[in-house]
Amino acid sequence: MQREGSPWHGVGIVFLKELSDHLTSMRMRVLEWLVVITGIAAVYSAIQQIREVTAEDPFLFLRLFTRAGGQLPLSFVSLLSFLVPLVAIGLGFDLVNSEHNQRTLSRILAQPIYRDALLFGKFLAGLATIAIGLLALWLFVIGLGLLLLGVPPSGEELARALVILAVTIVYAGVWLALAILFSIIFRSAATAALVSLGLWLFLTILWPPLSQFLAAAVAAGPVTSAGELLGQLDTLQAFARLSPGELYGEVVAVVLDPSVRSTQQTLLASMGLALVERGSIPGALPLLQSVLVVWAQIVSLVAATILLFVVGYVVFQRQEVRA
Amino acid sequence: MSEPLIEVRHLSKQYGETTVVDDASFTVNGGEIFGLLGPNGAGKTTTILMLLGLTEISSGQARMLGHDPEREPLAVKRRVGYLPDSVGFYDHLTGLDNLRYTARLMGMSESEREARIATALRRVDLYAVADKRVGTFSRGMRQRLGLAEILMKDAAIAILDEPTSGLDPQATLELLDIIRGLKRDGVSVLLSSHLLDRVQSVCDRVALFQKGRIVLIGTVGELGRQILGGGYAVEVEAQGPGLAERLKQVPGVTMVEQTGADRVRLLADRDVRPEAAAAVVSAGGRLLRLSVEEPSLEMIYTRYFQDQGERHAA
Repeated sequence: MQREGSPWHGVGIVFLKELSDHLTSMRMRVLEWLVVITGIAAVYSAIQQIREVTAEDPFLFLRLFTRAGGQLPLSFVSLLSFLVPLVAIGLGFDLVNSEHNQRTLSRILAQPIYRDALLFGKFLAGLATIAIGLLALWLFVIGLGLLLLGVPPSGEELARALVILAVTIVYAGVWLALAILFSIIFRSAATAALVSLGLWLFLTILWPPLSQFLAAAVAAGPVTSAGELLGQLDTLQAFARLSPGELYGEVVAVVLDPSVRSTQQTLLASMGLALVERGSIPGALPLLQSVLVVWAQIVSLVAATILLFVVGYVVFQRQEVRA
Repeated sequence: MSEPLIEVRHLSKQYGETTVVDDASFTVNGGEIFGLLGPNGAGKTTTILMLLGLTEISSGQARMLGHDPEREPLAVKRRVGYLPDSVGFYDHLTGLDNLRYTARLMGMSESEREARIATALRRVDLYAVADKRVGTFSRGMRQRLGLAEILMKDAAIAILDEPTSGLDPQATLELLDIIRGLKRDGVSVLLSSHLLDRVQSVCDRVALFQKGRIVLIGTVGELGRQILGGGYAVEVEAQGPGLAERLKQVPGVTMVEQTGADRVRLLADRDVRPEAAAAVVSAGGRLLRLSVEEPSLEMIYTRYFQDQGERHAA
């Protein structure tokens, strides 16, 4: 049974309306200032650190994003991985249920558009809002680096930073899709917000130790060979990667540091081990190779966004319009 | 008369085991105001949502302007305006911006939009406050803004769900006036209400819902004759001998009842005031007062369910 007309009709109109709502809302302003202030603090303390070290570092500029220390124990990217979900949830938790609660949904759906357009428009507007904010922040950080470090970034550094910007937007998409899903399922905006935030806290704070515990339970035993050790690491990562924060962290670690050749490298390093692949040349990886190392993680983030959106879409299509 | 604009045949809606709308059939013709009446929860809103393609039809058929609302929802929604039960607007936007948004969704061109919005707002008397945020609007103003949206849409059919509920008498009168205006423009109106007396004054025909079924359908006069026997009650206050006997012979009168010293109440199947006056005068009586009570839906409704109750008891 073919539906008449295009599901895309009206997406642009919904998109523009929602975007203007987001950009003028008090909530968005608060969230943006939160991110900007903490972001600048992180970058500033990173710059202080970098200045003190002033080592011969070919990727000095990327340290802006990754260096932690000083008064602030978090780097700029780890701050982002923590705060971006908060912003996405803040934008998304009442996107659909507010239409129910304001009793606007049936009036809007009585216009010649499909429900698809409303949901697509809302999701894209949320993502665009976050993308605009992140782009501004990204430019600001680079500008700050130029001013305070006095070293221009190389082309590759800029390219790597751009990849991270794109991945951060996708990472925000996961949380936005999740928040929208809850805003469809729960009629009460407060419930949707609490459930989204609860899940966010669980995945960022509780899941990392819990995943270690689970991995240890599944693949326990003494390690006698390197193969066994790597096998245990695989199990650990498999559990940890259920959290989008872990996936994002792995992408960041590899793309922003050309010397990292595997996502397990940092784990091994924390055990005092180094990963040496036979036949490989020590030194920096080219950008494309870095991206290839974490390609699966990037694709997983995109897939998670699509999956969560599709679940929300199906629930929304089946939902009754009346309050 | 041309094709009916709304044609509903054996329409039913089930949610799991419960049947919300049960085998409803009715038609609405061009330029007609049709009322879906009945208590809350009788299935009126569900019927409306099915007509708009906003909820699935379990069985039966609906045709809106010749279109199937399930298969061609956009074609239906382009020509049909809908005012939901206690309509909502985006409170943080102005009335004007709210209408602009829906005008864009309707696919109206830029040049057309502003002129149509202005005309519609003037007609519902909201032009002066169009720049205020809807959050400051009263309930009556919101309902009128909803009607402005339908006017702006230039719809062929206007579907109004409980348009007068929760309004004060003044706001109700204003709203009913706008609804009559829609009819003058040739728009067919389908409205639902649980307030029988208010709606009676605007509806050409009504369908009474009870527990998902349409139990009565027709003009108020027809229903009056059908259910009450004679629909009209004429009060005559006159002085003179043998008037009651005289009035009994007036054609159309079914019953004469002496209600006071000089007062007589006539039950008739039509408005017999002129004949009654002539009868009194020709009998040499002095006519003091003459008034008519039209059959009210309230009476019809109450009587119908009384009869139903008695039948069940029997």
